[in-house]
Amino acid sequence: MNALAARRRHPAAIAVLLMLGLFLTGAVYAAVAPEPADATTQALPAQSVEEGKSLFRANCATCHGVNAEGRQTGNGNQIAGPPLAGVGAAAVDFQVGTGRMPMTQPGTQAARSKTVKFSQEQIDALAAYVASLAPGPSVPSEEAVDPTKGDPAMGGELFRVNCAMCHNFAGSGGALTRGKYAPSLKDVSGKHIYEAMATGPQSMPVFNDANMSPENKRNIIAFLDTINKQENPGGLTLGSLGPVTEGMFAWVFGLGILVGCAVWLGSKAA
Amino acid sequence: MSTHTTTDGARPADALRAGDGPRHVAPSAAAKKIGGVAGWVDDRTGAAKPVGYLMKKVFPDHWSFMLGEIAMYSMIICLITGAFLTFWFIPSAGHTIYDGSYVPLRGQSMSEAYSSTLHISFDIKGGLIIRQIHHWAALMFIVALTVHMFRVFFTGAFRKPREINWVIGTFLALLAIIEGFAGYSLPDDLLSGTGIRAMAGFTQTSPVIGTYLVYGIFGGPFPGEMIIPRLYSAHVLLIPAILVGLFTAHIGLVALQKHTQYPGPGRTNDNVVGYPVMPVYAAKAGGFFFIVFGVIALMGALVQINPIWAYGPYDPSPVTAGSQPDWYMGFADGALRLLPGWLEFHFLGFTLSLNIALGALVLLPLVYTVLGIYPFLERWVTGDQREHHLLDRPRNAPTRTGIGMAGITAYTVFMFAAGNDIMAIKLGMSINDITWFFRIALFVAPPIVFWVTKRVCLSLQRRDRDTVLHGRESGTIVRTPDGRFFERHEAGLPEDQWLLVQHDAVAPLQLEPEVDEHGVARPAARKDRLRERLSRFYFADAVNPVTPAELAAAHHHGHETEAIEAPAHAGEVESAGAAERH
Repeated sequence: MNALAARRRHPAAIAVLLMLGLFLTGAVYAAVAPEPADATTQALPAQSVEEGKSLFRANCATCHGVNAEGRQTGNGNQIAGPPLAGVGAAAVDFQVGTGRMPMTQPGTQAARSKTVKFSQEQIDALAAYVASLAPGPSVPSEEAVDPTKGDPAMGGELFRVNCAMCHNFAGSGGALTRGKYAPSLKDVSGKHIYEAMATGPQSMPVFNDANMSPENKRNIIAFLDTINKQENPGGLTLGSLGPVTEGMFAWVFGLGILVGCAVWLGSKAA
Repeated sequence: MSTHTTTDGARPADALRAGDGPRHVAPSAAAKKIGGVAGWVDDRTGAAKPVGYLMKKVFPDHWSFMLGEIAMYSMIICLITGAFLTFWFIPSAGHTIYDGSYVPLRGQSMSEAYSSTLHISFDIKGGLIIRQIHHWAALMFIVALTVHMFRVFFTGAFRKPREINWVIGTFLALLAIIEGFAGYSLPDDLLSGTGIRAMAGFTQTSPVIGTYLVYGIFGGPFPGEMIIPRLYSAHVLLIPAILVGLFTAHIGLVALQKHTQYPGPGRTNDNVVGYPVMPVYAAKAGGFFFIVFGVIALMGALVQINPIWAYGPYDPSPVTAGSQPDWYMGFADGALRLLPGWLEFHFLGFTLSLNIALGALVLLPLVYTVLGIYPFLERWVTGDQREHHLLDRPRNAPTRTGIGMAGITAYTVFMFAAGNDIMAIKLGMSINDITWFFRIALFVAPPIVFWVTKRVCLSLQRRDRDTVLHGRESGTIVRTPDGRFFERHEAGLPEDQWLLVQHDAVAPLQLEPEVDEHGVARPAARKDRLRERLSRFYFADAVNPVTPAELAAAHHHGHETEAIEAPAHAGEVESAGAAERH
């Protein structure tokens, strides 16, 4: 104590106090601030950030810019790729992990692709690099997306209120304006569904933790998992697209078979 | 099995018995011989005569005459399965908490209507398959009655004396879709609730009375508690009673007026060639009922329809992508999707939503009114007052066939427009482009289809003429001793040729001259001029059947340039044609 008191007029004291104050403010802010700040800055191994940076420069920079600052096409306000600072690791994991990025060709919307171009380690490295640019939503933990821990009935209600107007009652997908669409949610992993809700890719709104708590996100994942796995009690679903495919089935198969029977019966001599 | 022919009109031999008094016949001597029970019933009801009359009724044989049967049987299947469903369905909007066996909805609050439908689907033995059969049968009922209408229209079966039955059929078709909508709305799932919400909106767009009408129908503001019980009464009681009543009249008139038949040798306007009900048609039609029931049961067993558990309970806030009505309401929904928004007008604090009312309130009655009016319009234009029991081949009425195809095209454009969002995601196209395509197609496609259809019909008629006049090209090239070549043409069989020449020649109506023989002006009424124009539209470019004189001329001419085989046959055709034609 005396040693400190003795040095209180040291020329560096003000600088040290300033540093201490800033550190404490930052620490307290970090402790009490809402999600985004906390969701982001996980300890990123410097090595994977570096690996991600080189992967990024080789595969993504053409559209997103060398430092992920985004690029214009030079044709009006059209962008080649948006800036990525602040999109978070979750966005990278979703876009690259579902095969949407790198985009094979420009279009109204990046489509999900069966061929994912990178291994999960490479995706993690890319995510680490993009997350290092600015804070953003992080990749959820295994537990946060475990369907067995969610309530499917609750999730179903939330799904119908928040998601069904675009993705359809069974998650079969639906149309948006001008060629954009809400994709089918069949066989999408819980992690990617969580990330889509957290980051709002393409036309999708962001469901952050303030308007859709992590528990409710997990409930929705549980609901989608249930309807994906359950047997269809009624038989063939015809794509779960509602009355349009049912009407088509009635006209093509129902009428076709019955007219076939009528022709057969009509040609039978009495 | 022999072919029976019933003939109307008195036989010459009847005159010999003109003086006979009425014979006194002991009641049902014949029936008593048949069997004790039948005789007992006949003694008390006198049913033997009318039943015998019906059993001996002759029906012609053709697969297209069974389309109406498919509709009839589907309706009966709906009645049977519907009765089963009423045992458990609770038509109430009362709130309840679901605790049945479908896990993803357990603990959710919902209406009793929805909960009881889930109960039928998951906890009643055979409930789900009966529900699915009921719904598939309803779809097939309307599909079948639609193609039945196509058959009646394109063959001209609606002509005198069957106009009344056509009108009854139009009413049946309209009632069927209203009945279907009422049933679709009952389970109170998310999709059907959205349908009722839409219906409430449509009703509100009727000028002046809209809001009052909605309050009346719903017994208060939307959604209220009244709509489900009310729709239930309409669906199980009111509309089925009218449907069955009209249907009885429909089929009664068929028996009374006799069935129409396709043209062919031995088939005239005064007879019906076919088999009697007993035993042939009783067996065929009875068997066909089981075929239809079997096919629809198979559909109900294998293919899911209206998975109400997947839609979830109705709640006014959510709505699902791909919200469509069942197909028969699709044309009205499609019209709404095509109508531009600028048709909504505001004046003096009132709103006139023509952007909705035209598709939702005007189109549906308009379609069925036009359908109902058509026979009378055609009769007025053609001036044809004769009875028709022989059907037209569609090619022999090119303008009517063209009009029908154009109508079907317009209807199809409307119906497909209702699926624009499904097309957009499944074909990877922009919903805006699809909508514009249909908007343009609605005006462009029907005239093109009319024109193409009419040209195809006229060409087919010309080919028929050619076949009759010159026979079939055999592909055999003959070289004569003096070095000339010709292709041998084969004359068709007389019964085949008869089919190609049996129809009536037609010509447009002529206006009477402007001045009569005394030089007095006779201004044609505007109505007459319109009628003359329409008549030209129908018949100006008509291709008429080969006349016996033309056939004789062709044969006479033909001997020089081409050889027609079997001239004896050709002669028969000629005389047959001459006999029937005049």
